[in-house]
Amino acid sequence: MMFVPVNGAPTYCYTGGKPFDAAKPTVVFIHGVLNDHSVWILQSRYLAHHGFNVLAVDLPGHCRSGGEAPASVEEAADFIGALLDAAGVQQAALVGHSWGSLIALEAAARLKERVTHLVLVGTAFPMRVSPALIEASMNDPMKALTMVNIFSRSTLCAPPSALGPGTWVFGAGMALGRRVLASNPAVNVFHRGFVACDRYANGEAAITQITAPVLFLLGGVDQMTPPKAAQGLITKAREAGKTVRVVTLPVGHHQMTETPDATLAALHGFLAP
Amino acid sequence: MPGYSDPGFDTLALHAGSQPDPATGARAVPIHLTTSFVFESTDHAAALFNLERAGHVYSRISNPTNAVLEQRMAALEGGIGAIAVASGQAALHLAIATLMGAGSHIVASTALYGGSQNLLHYTLRRFGIDTTFVRPGDIDGWRAAVRPETRLFFGETVGNPGLDVLDIPTVAQIAHEAGVPLLVDSTLTTPWLIKPLEHGADLVYHSATKFLSGHGTVIGGVVVDGGSFDWDRSGKFPGLTEPYDGFHGMTFSEESTVGAFLLRARREGLRDFGACMSPHTAWLILQGIETLSLRMERHMANTEKVVQFLAAHPLVGRVGHPLLESHPSHALAQRLLRHGARGAGSVFSFDIKGSRAQGKAFIEALKVFSHLANVGDCRSLVIHPASTTHFRMNDEALAGAGIGPGTIRLSIGLEDADDLIDDLKRALKAAEKAGA
Repeated sequence: MMFVPVNGAPTYCYTGGKPFDAAKPTVVFIHGVLNDHSVWILQSRYLAHHGFNVLAVDLPGHCRSGGEAPASVEEAADFIGALLDAAGVQQAALVGHSWGSLIALEAAARLKERVTHLVLVGTAFPMRVSPALIEASMNDPMKALTMVNIFSRSTLCAPPSALGPGTWVFGAGMALGRRVLASNPAVNVFHRGFVACDRYANGEAAITQITAPVLFLLGGVDQMTPPKAAQGLITKAREAGKTVRVVTLPVGHHQMTETPDATLAALHGFLAP
Repeated sequence: MPGYSDPGFDTLALHAGSQPDPATGARAVPIHLTTSFVFESTDHAAALFNLERAGHVYSRISNPTNAVLEQRMAALEGGIGAIAVASGQAALHLAIATLMGAGSHIVASTALYGGSQNLLHYTLRRFGIDTTFVRPGDIDGWRAAVRPETRLFFGETVGNPGLDVLDIPTVAQIAHEAGVPLLVDSTLTTPWLIKPLEHGADLVYHSATKFLSGHGTVIGGVVVDGGSFDWDRSGKFPGLTEPYDGFHGMTFSEESTVGAFLLRARREGLRDFGACMSPHTAWLILQGIETLSLRMERHMANTEKVVQFLAAHPLVGRVGHPLLESHPSHALAQRLLRHGARGAGSVFSFDIKGSRAQGKAFIEALKVFSHLANVGDCRSLVIHPASTTHFRMNDEALAGAGIGPGTIRLSIGLEDADDLIDDLKRALKAAEKAGA
């Protein structure tokens, strides 16, 4: 792991159990609302031991990272650029989940050739969040957290997951959400993240501005970001002549933990030189 | 197809962690009696060993049948995951050995299963881990017992055998103020009666030998992590928050923000101590869990009738069940347990007015109740704690645990309640005659 000072605040980056090596191709993993770097363990650790440099970040104001939690997708995208600068990374692949996918998309549009690959996991545009859920995230976060985890899961029988066999993915999602929420006593990062998702309006413009090939990694039974909600972006990217790959896995919104191997295979197949 | 909504307890007890076997279509959970699992390639093997990918390597560390039990128990308790082990005592040892080493200190309830008492009072002291025992209801005592080297608070949901209900929210708060987790033994209550994690406990374990398996056939244990305790913030658990040379220099709390305990417990505890569960045992416990709520409901109903009978009998001096308003934990049981005081379990004790000889006559006259050292069977059981489960404790320690020389412990089973009461009636008559 390493702490990178970004905009004057320490930013935690999980490096997959390997020291950061600027000579290797770099992959930046960006988590979603009320998550942190640990949702990527089974993808990031593997890549770190297979020729990649990994920076699985805790976004500012989340868990181990200091700084102000981003209030918009654009603000978070600027942070990703600043992170690459601070870490001395000239080029990187960006992999984002849910809210993180919007951040990766906007960052790729801004950073142009500095982004070698773009992976949008569980994405949608627009990423509308229901008023009831936004309201609950502010006034009854535990209720909203339960709703999110219920909507996200697709099975009562996930394969061996992020902690290995014996992990109850639903419970792990609940516990992580509680921990992330508690990690920032100054800001409700749950509500702030949902509002940022809901208000992001630049998705279709951003997808036309990227220069990197893009992988859409979707969950076939995802109720948070249903596959059809990504079709607009996919169509726009194709119309703009981008290199587009779409992989749909038979899972919900927790692709990384409900199908860790299939998610890794899709990622590795896309990122490998 | 939409995903699952929010399954209730009984649905989780039947479905959590399992699905029809994709290879054969088998609906029941298959028993994977195999020591090891073939790697797809050398890269796959290396990735599994280095936790880059998840999967099964060797059944001492994990097994698909055991994993179903582990997921199911985590689901029922509201945890993030679980580890199935060889016995309830192995679960307690695994939890302690994962959290601390020589020079550490535990604050524990006095009202514990005798085996737990032995482990803390004698065996762990030999390995440099000291324990201060506190009466479960002595809230100031819990706070006063904390030392700089304290690493764990530990108690039973309903203390064995007096059924002192642990004030989990209050004790958890004191533990957290001290920067340590609360571990709770929920064997006698099962998640059907209380989910300790919802009340503030951080770790829960069971002797699955008892109500979970429910039929007196197998020995097993399981420890569940709530994922709630922040090991980094505490700063007292370098084994979880600093690189560990014993496992690739891994820092467990970085690998998993909420699952560091489980990672180390499995990767070190099962690997090195080796107290794993047989997949066949896991399967039998799963069979039990599938009917847990049905059985617990009957256990409770029978217990209520037996308690009422004993409380009215002239030869009975005291009935130690929170169902009775005279029990010191009655109000706490009403507040904490899912079914109120009725849900304080079906294992309880009572005192016969009379001599040791009368107690012996009572036990020997029973026909339906079996005299043996177990609880939580579908059959009704009886034992004399002072001469068996707690025989190593002196009179003072016995009194501290709420046990007298004439105390009889019952575990109420699933027989017809009238037959149980008839059996007790006959045995009490025999005890009366023995005193004449």
